[in-house]
Amino acid sequence: MLSKSEIFKKGSLDVAPHMLSVIPFGIICGAIGVEMGFNPYLVYAMSIIIFGGASQIVFLQLLSAGASTFIAVTSVGIINSRHLLYGAILSEYLEKLTLLKKLIISYFVVDQGFAESNKYFKKNKNQKNIHYHLLGTGITLWICWQISTILGIILGSFIPDELGLKFAVPLTFIAILINELRKVDQIIVILVSGISSLLFFDAPLKSYIIISPIIALFSASLVLRFKK
Amino acid sequence: MSWLSIIVAGILTYLTRMTMITLVDRRVLGTKLKQVLGYVPSAVFPAIIFPAIFFNDYGNLIELTDPKIYGAIVAIIVGYLSRNIIVTIFSGLISYWIIIFII
Repeated sequence: MLSKSEIFKKGSLDVAPHMLSVIPFGIICGAIGVEMGFNPYLVYAMSIIIFGGASQIVFLQLLSAGASTFIAVTSVGIINSRHLLYGAILSEYLEKLTLLKKLIISYFVVDQGFAESNKYFKKNKNQKNIHYHLLGTGITLWICWQISTILGIILGSFIPDELGLKFAVPLTFIAILINELRKVDQIIVILVSGISSLLFFDAPLKSYIIISPIIALFSASLVLRFKK
Repeated sequence: MSWLSIIVAGILTYLTRMTMITLVDRRVLGTKLKQVLGYVPSAVFPAIIFPAIFFNDYGNLIELTDPKIYGAIVAIIVGYLSRNIIVTIFSGLISYWIIIFII
């Protein structure tokens, strides 16, 4: 039987390999924000208040391209809707926690932590205090994310414009999707979304960022029908 | 960008994390909806990737010889083979820099 702190440590260790991608991602997020001319305090505040890498970069990108606040905020919601899925899967293992503990632990649910803790939960269903594993992955990633965005904000003020660091944004998202390129159904959804975004790019209020995912998710539900 | 917009975006994000754990019975999400949610990244991120590559700063389509296109192709190939996030990003950036600064 592992103690609470041992389970917490296990979580930290399990998520450690992900640091390699989280740190550069955080640096890019901070640096891009400053390069785009936003107030460094606001850029950093996002890492605490939103705490969601991809959505933070999209938020910056849209606002710097002149999108309205409403569109930018809505996009953050759509991007982060995947947490609903994580929550639904994790809730089975967190049922016995008090409301307060559930509210606190929710803040630390992120992609990489979910992936590692879900693996652990499946294997150790009947152990006590397994939620400490999720705290271990979540808090480790949180600290790492805070430090790397601050680092990015500092570096961003030195990086010359000529380097075209903005190009790191699409590259980062290509990297995130790279494993999906091995599945035909995902490729279809990716192409539908990408082509829609080019077609609707001139739609008012930068609404292409909301129209395209909706069309793509609709096509995903069609794809699912054919898969059966 | 304002404090208010960040706070609203933050509350929205927290709600996506908290709802299924705290408020709602997880069985509310049907199998079908769960499957569709699995496609969210593939549905959202290309809408960032495609315009960022194919449009310039003024919102015009770029030419097929633009360094961004080569950078993206290198990143996709290297990423597919290496399965490594950092290698993917840097292969794209470095090939982009080689084209704009050296060639």
